[in-house]
Amino acid sequence: MSDTTTDPKSPHPIDRVVIRFAGDSGDGMQLAGDRFTTTSALLGNDLATFPDFPAEIRAPAGTLAGVSAFQVHISDHDISTPGDSPNVLVAMNPAALRANIDSLPGGATVIVNVDAFEERNLAKAGYEADPLGDGSLSAYTVYEVPMTSITTEVSKDAGVKPRDAERSKNFFALGLISWLYTRPIEATIGWIGEKYAGKPLVMEANLRAFKAGYHFGETAELFESSYEVKPAVLAPGEYVNITGNTATAWGLIAASTRSGLPLFLGTYPITPASDILHELSKHKQFGVRTFQAEDEISGIGAALGAAFGGALGVTTTSGPGIDLKSETMGLAISLELPLLIIDIQRGGPSTGLPTKTEQADLLHAMYGRHGEAPLPIVAAKTPSHCFEATMEAVRLAVKFRTPVMLLSDGYLANGTEPWRLPDLDDLPAIDPSFATETNHTDSDGQEVFWPYIRDEETLARPWAPPGVPGLEHRIGGLEKADGSGNVAYDGPNHERMTRLRAAKIAGIARDIPPTEVDDEDGAEVLVIGWGSTYGAIAAGVQRVRARGHRVAQAHLVHLNPFPADLGAVLGRYKRVLVPEVNLGQLSRLLRAEYLVDTVSFTQVQGIPFRAAAMEAAIIHQIEGMTDIATDTPGDLLAVVPGGAPTTPTRPSGNANGAVGGSGTGKATATGEPNRTGDGHARPTANPTPPTGKVSE
Amino acid sequence: MTDLAHAEEAGVPVPLTTRKDWSSDQEVRWCPGCGDYSILSAVQMLMPDLGVRRESTVFLSGIGCAARFPYYMNTYGMHSIHGRAPAIATGLATTRPDLDVWVVTGDGDSLSIGGNHLIHALRRNVNITILLFNNQIYGLTKGQYSPTSEVAKVTKSTPFGSLEQPFNPLSLALGAEATFVARTHDMDRKHMIETFRRAHAHGGASFVEIYQNCNVFNDGAFEEITGKEHRSDMLIPLVHGEPIRFGAEAEHGVVLHRDGSVEVVEVADVGEPALLVHDEHRDNPGLAFQLSRLSRGPYEPTPIGVFRDVERPEYGAGMSRQIEESKAKRGPGDLHALLRSGSSWTVD
Repeated sequence: MSDTTTDPKSPHPIDRVVIRFAGDSGDGMQLAGDRFTTTSALLGNDLATFPDFPAEIRAPAGTLAGVSAFQVHISDHDISTPGDSPNVLVAMNPAALRANIDSLPGGATVIVNVDAFEERNLAKAGYEADPLGDGSLSAYTVYEVPMTSITTEVSKDAGVKPRDAERSKNFFALGLISWLYTRPIEATIGWIGEKYAGKPLVMEANLRAFKAGYHFGETAELFESSYEVKPAVLAPGEYVNITGNTATAWGLIAASTRSGLPLFLGTYPITPASDILHELSKHKQFGVRTFQAEDEISGIGAALGAAFGGALGVTTTSGPGIDLKSETMGLAISLELPLLIIDIQRGGPSTGLPTKTEQADLLHAMYGRHGEAPLPIVAAKTPSHCFEATMEAVRLAVKFRTPVMLLSDGYLANGTEPWRLPDLDDLPAIDPSFATETNHTDSDGQEVFWPYIRDEETLARPWAPPGVPGLEHRIGGLEKADGSGNVAYDGPNHERMTRLRAAKIAGIARDIPPTEVDDEDGAEVLVIGWGSTYGAIAAGVQRVRARGHRVAQAHLVHLNPFPADLGAVLGRYKRVLVPEVNLGQLSRLLRAEYLVDTVSFTQVQGIPFRAAAMEAAIIHQIEGMTDIATDTPGDLLAVVPGGAPTTPTRPSGNANGAVGGSGTGKATATGEPNRTGDGHARPTANPTPPTGKVSE
Repeated sequence: MTDLAHAEEAGVPVPLTTRKDWSSDQEVRWCPGCGDYSILSAVQMLMPDLGVRRESTVFLSGIGCAARFPYYMNTYGMHSIHGRAPAIATGLATTRPDLDVWVVTGDGDSLSIGGNHLIHALRRNVNITILLFNNQIYGLTKGQYSPTSEVAKVTKSTPFGSLEQPFNPLSLALGAEATFVARTHDMDRKHMIETFRRAHAHGGASFVEIYQNCNVFNDGAFEEITGKEHRSDMLIPLVHGEPIRFGAEAEHGVVLHRDGSVEVVEVADVGEPALLVHDEHRDNPGLAFQLSRLSRGPYEPTPIGVFRDVERPEYGAGMSRQIEESKAKRGPGDLHALLRSGSSWTVD
């Protein structure tokens, strides 16, 4: 392929593009987006994806509720988010157009399936007039393509019924976009052949539609030129494109392989965690046992039973499922057995937003059990990081004989990014070191096994699965005597055991790396986050630095305990900004732990932060414009940006780009920044940064 | 498992043991006179007979008076949380097929808060032996009615009488596709031991209901049928392949009517050939279900013994088989290959 731009027929080079495929839930948009992503990954682009679909499997066709979208950001350089707003929207029907148009910046490209723009569909989408004809889309470059009719036409002589042929229109759209962005088509042709080998008519229809879409782009003279996004310069190595849930499943298998512990997953299907079950159930050759339990409680109960027997016990869940597991987590804390609880967070409370992301379970993970019941918390920050985070969670569980919570979320679970495959020899060692012999001499001089004699360094107790003669012992949820593990009700022993359990978890701080800070000398503002906000924060920080400002970034993987140096790190900055997709949970923990006057920047719309919003929030802190608000309920209510959004998309920012007014997030703070000390409360404001132009 | 089942694998013979070897050093703390004592003795007396290893035996329980049981057995054990023992046992038994896993539970633990786990463990045929101590009352919380208490039961929480239809535990287990269902009672050690022995020998989930007297909160609940002077006329021993007869002179019997119902009759009235011959191995659980409902409560002649004992694939064995088949077909797990199972590409 030529690099030159002088030849009008050669593709026009661009550095990045954000494309959103949108249609009915039954239109195959996730599949089209996924194929486009795979091809781009193989081509060597850096990328990030964001599937966004409704909770209903098939909401009424043609309605706004049924719109399913897949956003993919491809680039010739390192990127960390799926992009704030699409440069290109593919809309398969009026509802898809209507649900997404507000998130497009002016000048964006809109490719519509014009066949679907008939009266009934327009009415279902709530359009009074055809937007293709009423001038309402004048800010965009609109291409009207008869996708349905061409798709059915090309399969006419293949023996496919027109109704069935029509279903291939997603492949037409994929073909068209593949041409527009100069994607090779061989891989997808091969994939269609393999995937539909058992259904020759479907295969033929899909192949014809895909090729027709590609050729349409080439020959229809509708488009001035095609575009090319060159491969990104990534670190040398072997890459795969991976979702967070697959990375989590593989991390579990890797941890099982490294530790020699057979893997047992006890789980109950729940969105968006189920794909971990699906993935693991395919890999039984690793000795993986997957148990689809009768309920969430049984899922974690069986995992704990497996752990008692010396297996790597794991349970996965989301949303309300985590509530149901709390009781068994408490038992696991009392039994001091290794157990991994993976929470793929979603919007709550209750059923909430099953298919949308949120990171609002942090305080539940910290405190959601009766009694003093601490456990370690590890959070993944990107889709591929789920692999490493999973292994780390297992490492802590096994070493410290404790249940560990691993937090991921819907965005990480379904989002993808290229992952440079690790060298297997570099993976952490995990040593179960089961108890093999008695450890105590009782008053009769008998050698006995006491299940609650602790390792002096880690305070962990021995793990003694059944099968070893002489180590028979009984454990339970009743308070145990320090050492012997026998039932003990006396107060002083309970206090000692309570403090020992707490000290064991707190001591993990000595076993984890210090806070990693991406600092620039002279930065006065630190942005600190956890979980899936990593990409948006990194992109925001990058933009702020590009504007000539200094800012530091830290991202927490260990949330309980925090890294030992975290207090000192926070103390080095004048402002600490904490962006979260919740109402300020980490911010609250940091304040409680370190008496640091953090500034909470939050959003809970079921979608990740945008880089532009992050940029504006950071700039706001740097320019010292933080207005101090009192954290009252009334103030919390003020968060809703300019009235709740009425479409699944996000409200656009102010036209003039000024900070304030309606926007997508809000910074609130309580009290004074810890170093100013002037004692004056500043007036309340809603510094809500606008969404800006996409440029990472 | 790597090295945990070593004694088994090394062919070390099972050591000879006595009841004392199976008793832990913990003081038994049930109320004096509780039926749980005789059940504990029966189990501890049976264990040396079973030819099993202490280190390969696990007793699991939930919450309730019965749930203290594991503390008194010198084996591995776990006293877990209310109702969840069948779930915990499922994870243990499926990952450790080398172990003997017993679940000790009560009528509140497994029929109320843990009902869901019980029925699904039975349905899956997990290789566990479930002993349900049924005393028709909540003992540990001091005397509220339970899901097996009779209608109109006056308790602390039902001063005007309970309004609830009780569960029939055997009917429930049969409806939940259980492959082994039996009943015994705490006044007959020999019958308990033989019933537990059968339950242990069964592959898959075994369910044994034990009528157990709570002498503090529900004393004499089963006295009308289990009392020595009533037993011969009120308990109907089920014996596989034999006509169902009972009474001091075996003068009573059970017949099967053409509509599928069963009834207690006088043998003299119908003649021995008319009696129903007990068949534990019937694939269809219908007849066992009828027998489970022959008596409406512990005041009418009540069958005891093994109601049903049929073969069905055991859940954990099925899981292990799929693993072996996958290994045979695809070779043992290869992490390097797994990470490359999708499309991968190389950046130089």
